[in-house]
Amino acid sequence: MLGEGIIKGMLETAKNFAGSFVSEERLTTVEYPDQRIPTAENARVFPFLVYDGPDWQAGMRCVACQICEKECPPKCIYIEKSKDKKPDFVGKPQIYPARFDIDISVCMSCQICVEVCPFEAIKMDTEFELATDDRFGGLLLDRHELAKSNEYYHSIHPTEAGEVDARLAEEKRAAEAKAKAAAAAAAQKAAADAAAKVAAPKAEPATPKPPAPKPPDAGGE
Amino acid sequence: MSATSVSTTADQIFILLRDWLVHFLPAGLRPAAGVVLGVIAIVCVFPGLFALTTVFERKGLGRMQNRLGPNRVGPFGFFQPIADGIKALTKEDVVPFRADALVHFLAPLVLLVTVFMGFAVLPVGRNMQLADMDSGLLFFFAMGAATELSVFMAGWSSRNKYSMLGAMRAVAQMISYEVTLLLSSVTVVMIAGSLSLEKIVDAQNQYTGIFPHWYIFTPWGLAGFLMFAIAATAETNRSPFDLPEGESEIVAGYHTEYSGFKFAIFFVAEYLAMFALSGLGATLFLGGWSAPLSFLNVVPSWLWFFAKVMGAIFVFIWMRGTLPRLRQDQLMNFAWKFALPFTLLNLLVTALWRFMGAGWPRWVVCSAILAGAYVLMGRLGMHSKKFGPRSYRYAD
Repeated sequence: MLGEGIIKGMLETAKNFAGSFVSEERLTTVEYPDQRIPTAENARVFPFLVYDGPDWQAGMRCVACQICEKECPPKCIYIEKSKDKKPDFVGKPQIYPARFDIDISVCMSCQICVEVCPFEAIKMDTEFELATDDRFGGLLLDRHELAKSNEYYHSIHPTEAGEVDARLAEEKRAAEAKAKAAAAAAAQKAAADAAAKVAAPKAEPATPKPPAPKPPDAGGE
Repeated sequence: MSATSVSTTADQIFILLRDWLVHFLPAGLRPAAGVVLGVIAIVCVFPGLFALTTVFERKGLGRMQNRLGPNRVGPFGFFQPIADGIKALTKEDVVPFRADALVHFLAPLVLLVTVFMGFAVLPVGRNMQLADMDSGLLFFFAMGAATELSVFMAGWSSRNKYSMLGAMRAVAQMISYEVTLLLSSVTVVMIAGSLSLEKIVDAQNQYTGIFPHWYIFTPWGLAGFLMFAIAATAETNRSPFDLPEGESEIVAGYHTEYSGFKFAIFFVAEYLAMFALSGLGATLFLGGWSAPLSFLNVVPSWLWFFAKVMGAIFVFIWMRGTLPRLRQDQLMNFAWKFALPFTLLNLLVTALWRFMGAGWPRWVVCSAILAGAYVLMGRLGMHSKKFGPRSYRYAD
């Protein structure tokens, strides 16, 4: 009959109208500044630099290899190498970034810097409230602003950070084993040389240990 | 003071207030001052109601779409109209370079004035009518028809194709539905025997037992009220008849080129027209300021009038939240092929009702004719149309 559909539609809206006062789950609105829903674990916004330990300068993982700077599609990263060196997490002396700037007004959040970094030094942040009234300085983040602790990384991406830590521990263990093996080989060689000087050269030289396994890709796929 | 006298005082509070304010003046000035006070009351109350309605509309529509609606400005967002008003006042008033500046300026003023004129004859409570004209209904419709002039002035003077299209749609639509609006009101005049809105309310302000003699409770009154409601929705350009504004098609229709406070005036006038037509519908069919049950007469009469108006406004909002916009041809088809013939038939049925005299036969005969005609016209109108799931030629 004429008008049947109109009545059906009116009832539907009336049901929504009344229902929105009764059941909270009908209202999907999140009143953002007051209410927040936690970000998803794989949310990513802009990159940050990870450091280990309490001191951001000493613990900075970045060795200023400039791979990310070269790979960055919109060229938003600017790195200056240091003149001196500081020990990295395995104790090897490395150069470090004397300057590391990311212009987040240029960054397109593509995560390519994270994928190419062989040192697990740059990761994606979930901080998105970066609005500022200073359009130049406020959007150009320097290395101090970018440096965030490994604990922070664990708090925002727990799974990924756990994998990274396991990988770094494995790398460190391998490096230590290699150092130990090299030391042992050197000691053995010295002993063999000494023996050769004493006796006839019949002692076989020690077979060198196979090289440490290559660190897995830092992409985190 | 007894309970009756308290209730009477509450009912007449505004009249007493007016008389008290006026008695400070010399006797010769009193009638004129009383009218001025009445005008001030109308000019304050209805725009105030408009401000309240905009919040309720936005919140109500939000709830119908499972949203919250505005809730930032003030408690529960009720100061939103103040923020909107400040925004409208501080915006730049742009007049298009080649527009007819004088007509462009006059159009919103003409609209607002004619819309306000309609309130002069509306009885908003017992003894609360600014001008009790014998031809009040005629005056109301004359003023309502004048709004079409201002709509066309706005569309024509803007020198913009969207304004022009919107104005042409508006005028076509308003003229088509004006016929239905008038003819559905004529039924009331036929029964009440007067064009005075005060007399029409008096005719309905009687009770059988506790039930009132409202015209909506008769077959012709119900049919007339439905037709009146449809025509009033079209007259005020409200959804589903909001083609003249159709923001998804022609920007904003005839007020595309208006900005700042001139736009706000169009906005106010649209809502004031809604209040005026709701008030007229309540007066003609819902007993005006009379109480719905005889023992509820202790509640002040003006409260009943405004309750009826706000109820009608809620239905306007409810329809806006439900119904999609019609197409121009559907709009015209509905006006001329369904609404007009049905209203004409209703006129005949009303005459029949008048001459069959009291008794139950007229109830049966009139109801049967109207219900039969409704079903038959619905069938005839819909039989050639295919309803059901749509198929899309290129999308399937």
